[in-house]
Amino acid sequence: MRLTWWFRKNLIRIYMVLGFTYLFVPVAYTFAFSFNNGGKSNLVWKGFTLSNWQNPCGAPDVCLALGNSIRVGLISTVAATILGTLIAFALGRHQFKGRSTTNTLIFLPMATPEVVLGASLLAMFLNLGINPGFWPVVIAHVMFCISFVVVTVKARIASLDPRLEQAAMDLYANEFETFRKITLPLVAPGIAGAALLAFSLSFDDFIITNFNSGTLTTFPKFVYVASARGIPAQANVIGSAMFFLALFIVIAGQLVNRRKAR
Amino acid sequence: MADASSSTRGDLRIVDVTKSFGDFTAVDDLTLTIPEGSFFALLGPSGCGKTTTLRMIAGLEEPTQGSIHIGSTDITNTRPYQRPVNTVFQNYALFPHLSIFENIAFGLRRRGIKDVKEAVDKVLNLVELPHLAQRKPVQLSGGQQQRIALARAIVNRPALLLLDEPLGALDLKLRRQMQIELKWIQTEVGITFVHVTHDQEEAMTMADTIAVMNEGKVEQMGTPADLYDNPKTAFVANFLGQSNLIEGRIDGNDGDNFVVDVFGQKIKINKNRSHAKDSSVLAGIRPEKIRIQPAGTAMSGNVLTGGVISDASYIGVSTQYQVEMPWKQELMVFEQNDDGVPPLEKGDAVTLSWEPVFTFALDGREDAFAGSEVHADEE
Repeated sequence: MRLTWWFRKNLIRIYMVLGFTYLFVPVAYTFAFSFNNGGKSNLVWKGFTLSNWQNPCGAPDVCLALGNSIRVGLISTVAATILGTLIAFALGRHQFKGRSTTNTLIFLPMATPEVVLGASLLAMFLNLGINPGFWPVVIAHVMFCISFVVVTVKARIASLDPRLEQAAMDLYANEFETFRKITLPLVAPGIAGAALLAFSLSFDDFIITNFNSGTLTTFPKFVYVASARGIPAQANVIGSAMFFLALFIVIAGQLVNRRKAR
Repeated sequence: MADASSSTRGDLRIVDVTKSFGDFTAVDDLTLTIPEGSFFALLGPSGCGKTTTLRMIAGLEEPTQGSIHIGSTDITNTRPYQRPVNTVFQNYALFPHLSIFENIAFGLRRRGIKDVKEAVDKVLNLVELPHLAQRKPVQLSGGQQQRIALARAIVNRPALLLLDEPLGALDLKLRRQMQIELKWIQTEVGITFVHVTHDQEEAMTMADTIAVMNEGKVEQMGTPADLYDNPKTAFVANFLGQSNLIEGRIDGNDGDNFVVDVFGQKIKINKNRSHAKDSSVLAGIRPEKIRIQPAGTAMSGNVLTGGVISDASYIGVSTQYQVEMPWKQELMVFEQNDDGVPPLEKGDAVTLSWEPVFTFALDGREDAFAGSEVHADEE
């Protein structure tokens, strides 16, 4: 009787624990195995070591791949964020012919299967006489990131009260000053969120990258290739580090927001 | 960049202004002069064009036709930031990412004024919120936000301050208090206030001059007392307070008065208060001007006999009667409970009377109910 009562009372908590367990077991597994003294193959637990964390570039080529991913990610993020933000402002703030069509078309890359996009991009580059490599990958990443940036920034713009901009104009701010002092600061969290999203999409992408990268190795490609003969524990180190970095950014963002609201 | 303290001063003149949105004419050939230093109210139901008029003065909408002037300067085609005009927006539109201090300093800084502290502190004291300078707008109550919005506008000393339903979001008690404060602040700073509202009480409490707007036109303009006592149209008579409008026919003259026949009984209406186009009139009388007595009592002035009380509601300071007249019209009578006589009751036969000077006459072809049904859906 008592047990049933306790169970009922805590049902929602039990459910929550199960849910989070489901979400975080793979992450915990990745983290735990970053400490595995497994040698070349990191599939079986062979003992605890800190050497992987002390020497994250220890495995051959892992940091080369990581560097490539970061470079591709940063360039794609900057380009996609600038272009996507401009498109979002055009769609969110102006009436023009073909606006609703643009609105629909911007979703298409999100809805298209990545293998199809990757394959056709490769075909396109080859037909244009461009060899696969760093820049084709960047171009491809910018392309699929733009849609996500547009959607994210547009949502932020839509929630912005147009009367704030009118009030700024009423208070002697010209168009440029209104944009710089009112619109941009208020949309900035949306743009920052879009940039983070774009970077993680780019960093994470395997399928499209694999088609268009040629000899260029990115981090996901490295892990995929390595999996055939055993993923080095350094991959777990880098993966865990990325996870904690993302976690840190989210928590810092929350804290800043909370302080601003006070 | 406009300098609000420069020579652009004087009366606001709106000349033949029309504003259309597609097929809909929001403001229809409006001509209006608002004297410098006055507290002016644009009063009307929603959709009457008052907010559109305000937005055209602010520069947020462009007139389809016509021109707008401040003093001798034509501001019709200038941008909002080039006008010596500031607005208190309906929902205040405070900048959420800036502190209260920076919100108020915003206009000063845009005009290149470096030392803003003194001006901002002064205006914060004027609205009695100096302790909130470093807060963010979300941390303020509605009434405080309202005052900051006002402070943010008047710190610029504009030639003209526009207020768009500024008290609409406040509760009744706070609204009353702010009405008095706004009036006081206007007297204090001496800036022309143009106040848009659908609330007739708000307009009458604060404004020196009220323009009653309906369907894009000004129905009548004047002092609150003028509009209340001598309305020119049925819309004004019904929108500002309540009116009894009785069909009648001008039957003759008696000195300064017309003699008007209403369903066989004669009443007098001062010629100055007649806005009739011909002999067909609507005779108007406000409910609180009417005296009510048991039938048979001798009474002077304009007298209407044959009434029967169909409803009486005692509301403390007064008793409100519905009196059915022989021609089946219900007239409203508000009687002050100041004579110690117990209120009359439903079914009592009564005689109504009032001083002829309180009567007004409207064009008999007007809809007697124009403007009376718009109150309900506004609040």
